[in-house]
Amino acid sequence: MSKTVLTNGVFLAALAIGVAGVGRTVTAVPAGTQPAADATAVKIDNFTFGPADVTVKAGSTITWTNHDDIPHTVVSMDKAFKSKVLDTDDHFSFTFASIGTYTYYCSIHPKMTGKVVVK
Amino acid sequence: MTEKKTNHLVDDHDEDGVDRRGFLSCMAWAGTGAFFLMQGGVLKSYSLSRLPAGVPSSGELSFVQISDSHMGFNKPANEDVVGTLKTAVDRINALGTRPEFMLHTGDISHLSRAEEFDTVDQVLKGASTNSVFFVPGEHDVLEDDGKQYLERYGKGAKGNGWYSFDHKGAHFIGLVNVMNLKAGGLGTLGGDQIAWLRDDVSRLKHSTPIVVFAHIPLWTVYPEWGWGTEDSAQALAVLKKFGSVTVLNGHIHQTMQKVEGNVTFHTAASTAFPQPKPGEAASPGPMKVPADQLKSILGITDVTVARGRHALAIVDSALA
Repeated sequence: MSKTVLTNGVFLAALAIGVAGVGRTVTAVPAGTQPAADATAVKIDNFTFGPADVTVKAGSTITWTNHDDIPHTVVSMDKAFKSKVLDTDDHFSFTFASIGTYTYYCSIHPKMTGKVVVK
Repeated sequence: MTEKKTNHLVDDHDEDGVDRRGFLSCMAWAGTGAFFLMQGGVLKSYSLSRLPAGVPSSGELSFVQISDSHMGFNKPANEDVVGTLKTAVDRINALGTRPEFMLHTGDISHLSRAEEFDTVDQVLKGASTNSVFFVPGEHDVLEDDGKQYLERYGKGAKGNGWYSFDHKGAHFIGLVNVMNLKAGGLGTLGGDQIAWLRDDVSRLKHSTPIVVFAHIPLWTVYPEWGWGTEDSAQALAVLKKFGSVTVLNGHIHQTMQKVEGNVTFHTAASTAFPQPKPGEAASPGPMKVPADQLKSILGITDVTVARGRHALAIVDSALA
């Protein structure tokens, strides 16, 4: 398990792939049946992670984008990853190198929870 | 708020939890303007526009509560949070009785940025009150576990910023319930703070009026949105022996109150932006209202302690 530190340029590239990947993978394929492609986007909307449960292949990058007018964070419960505070339209990306199940939450609004399964 | 609804609440003797129907029916928007008077543990409320004769307008101690300034917020729900905070200060300065101090129940800033705290401090300097007592909201302790907050506002405080002080016979307790929040959970006080609270009040006479203030409500307003504190019952059990306990909170950006035994719970309006009533929107995010109505649902809370009757009169005032 290693956290990938992204420079701005790489970050934007990862984000672009993530956005392109939304329709093809996460929404079209039921979570848990087939691992998604290399990049996946999770939207933060109305104090909810969407989709809350995501299944990806090892090595995939997930990008969270905050669409709320209130800041949120993305923090894994086992401390594998932790975003800075994401204000409106801010993004956070993390590359999942190792298989496993990663549960996470917003440390500001702990009722907000999500899960990433890496196969 | 109507007299009928008030009676409904006063008649609620169910102390084994929260009567959601009861307090929802008593929920008031600050914009309606309400005057709250507690005597002998019984709460009465009056519309500000028809205050009956004989209601005390001042006592031996009065103070004002403001909350949720969210300095730095600039979205459509309110693009001028500096302006509305200034209006709140103007309202405080216009009160008939000059409040002796101000309580700010957290979310001073929106993103814990130094310039946001600076702006609030600057605006509050214009208030006629002598001093301001703060407790942090979750927006004030982002990124640094509250380090900056404690440096600015927590001098002499214990733990993550909790403290108490005495003023004219009343005992004020500022609690912190926005730190170390657990996934899936509500606000948290923690064992250390509750142990401190037990010790803090152990020397007090049971007749001492107690005023507790904290950011997240210390009663379960709406757990689905995280509007409650998971270990608040332990803190309230410590305060059970006291004849008059008033709990003042913010966080939910609307006024709401409830009486349970000798405890009166009250939440203050935000000076920045309104949030929806529990469950009446997809999320508790900022609520956009027509510009000409915004100031009617932002507000301040004016509290008067009337000694001898163990009474607190709480007046919510809209900014317009």
